[in-house]
Amino acid sequence: MTAAGAPSSAFDVEPLGETTLLLRFGERIDAATNARVHAAAAALRAAALPGVTDIVPAYASLALHYAPAAWHRRDDVPWRSFATAVREALAAATHASTRAARTIEVPVCYGGAHGPDLEPLAAMLGMAGEAFAARHAAGDYRVAMLGFAPGFPYLLGLDASLHAPRRAQPRTRVPRGSVAIGGAQTGIYPSELPGGWQLIGRTPLALFDARREPACLLAPGDTVRFRAITAGEFDAIEREATR
Amino acid sequence: MIEVLHAGLLTTVQDRGRDGHAALGIGRAGPMDAIALRLANALVGNAPDAAVLEIGLLGPRLRFTRTVTVALAGAEFDARVASTPLPAWCPVRIEAGTVLDCGRARRGAWACLAVAGGLATPRLLGSAATDVNARLGAPLRAGDVVRVAPAAFMLDDGCAGDGAFRALGRFSLDPRPWFDPEPSRPIRLARARHADALDAASRAALYTQAFRVGVDSNRVGLRLDGPRLALAAPLEPVSEPVAAGTLQLPPGGQPIALMAEHPTTGGYPRIGQVAAIDLARLAQRRPGDHVRFAPIDLDDAQTRYLECESRLARLCADIAARLEPLRIAP
Repeated sequence: MTAAGAPSSAFDVEPLGETTLLLRFGERIDAATNARVHAAAAALRAAALPGVTDIVPAYASLALHYAPAAWHRRDDVPWRSFATAVREALAAATHASTRAARTIEVPVCYGGAHGPDLEPLAAMLGMAGEAFAARHAAGDYRVAMLGFAPGFPYLLGLDASLHAPRRAQPRTRVPRGSVAIGGAQTGIYPSELPGGWQLIGRTPLALFDARREPACLLAPGDTVRFRAITAGEFDAIEREATR
Repeated sequence: MIEVLHAGLLTTVQDRGRDGHAALGIGRAGPMDAIALRLANALVGNAPDAAVLEIGLLGPRLRFTRTVTVALAGAEFDARVASTPLPAWCPVRIEAGTVLDCGRARRGAWACLAVAGGLATPRLLGSAATDVNARLGAPLRAGDVVRVAPAAFMLDDGCAGDGAFRALGRFSLDPRPWFDPEPSRPIRLARARHADALDAASRAALYTQAFRVGVDSNRVGLRLDGPRLALAAPLEPVSEPVAAGTLQLPPGGQPIALMAEHPTTGGYPRIGQVAAIDLARLAQRRPGDHVRFAPIDLDDAQTRYLECESRLARLCADIAARLEPLRIAP
């Protein structure tokens, strides 16, 4: 595994509509691919290509939102001209530096009303609910990306024995702070949202607050450790935060 | 200032949208009908990205505390002052103290009400656009007061008027190229990554059968009832960035077209991409309306998008030229 793969290494280009270009560095969720994504994002931010309005790193891909009018050429459609410029920018990029990583502890009350899917999910996987929660809390997770909603961290490092399919019918309201599993991914709902992941617990921490600086508790590259707490501790931390 | 007497169903402040924060999961938001935003702003002499009120299906009732110039564009609302209809797609001078009842949408779903000077609501993370799920701003409620920024100039045609409002400059836009009230015309849909992962029946159904806009649709996305679509084999793709117009397929088989307030990323298979030129038309479909898709190639879609942008830019320049003789110092 390379620490921060060279951004110039092979990737696929796919237009996501008229104003977005997607670069895909792999098909899997793994730390090496994700490191390449973040290196490419840093290189593209530095390249400052014309018309680019946003750069969005994800697990194994990144999106460039851009104004196609800036890439209007006589001989080709804008997305191809733009894709060529992106390839050239990444080929020219040297090794990008990675941000200093932080470790952030996130208290979680597993199961019960805070994690209604824990018991059925554990039963489906042939485990006791407590063992399932203990295994989830024992992991070291890395924030691979933020997405889906402001401050929603997609975490790398979920134990393979805890992978679980998304729900067939997404819930229209998932409570803020819910810790959830969707496939091979685990994450935390930063506010009340619709969602299709399995809810196994809940944290009383505020992951996103537009009036706080920074607005998001977690940043890409951070390490997250979960700490199991009781419902009583959950209430105490929540009371403290809203005081 | 604008006093909100009745909020309506979903009235929000919107500008062009919030760029540059998607890496933190903060999306663009902005208007459902971006064309309506630009033309409403153009008609009152605003910059194209000035903040406006976006009104959905059931409009608000508003009182203007000072004399302002407004323009309404987008869906056809039954907007009235007292019992007199307010003309749309043209600049209208509204006298201080006037109450405007935006009424119901007769055709279409979303309109933009621009006020000369633009709305002076707080900008959060660089934009005034309300993002309901992100709690960046909030839908208007009765009793709210919305500040209007001072306009760089006023519009006046010099005609004396004694009514509560009057249309200025004796011109209005032909809305037909920019607002399509007919829900029967197909929406052009380009292929997306997982289009081929659909089973054969679903691949055919996507472009031949009618869907219906679900009642649980909103600014995040339109849920499309109709034929249940299925993949040939189960697929749980890695979450990737998505864009407005991305057609996702959750496991239940009911596709969702992502709209203005879409999340920055998504993990459902992507079975299509609505052409940008048809995004405003799709946004104007109401719950219960039909949606049919027609195929379009992405190269063609992008060329047409640029042509449409040029037409819009020329139209906005024309409008500015027409407003020029009406400009007076504030």
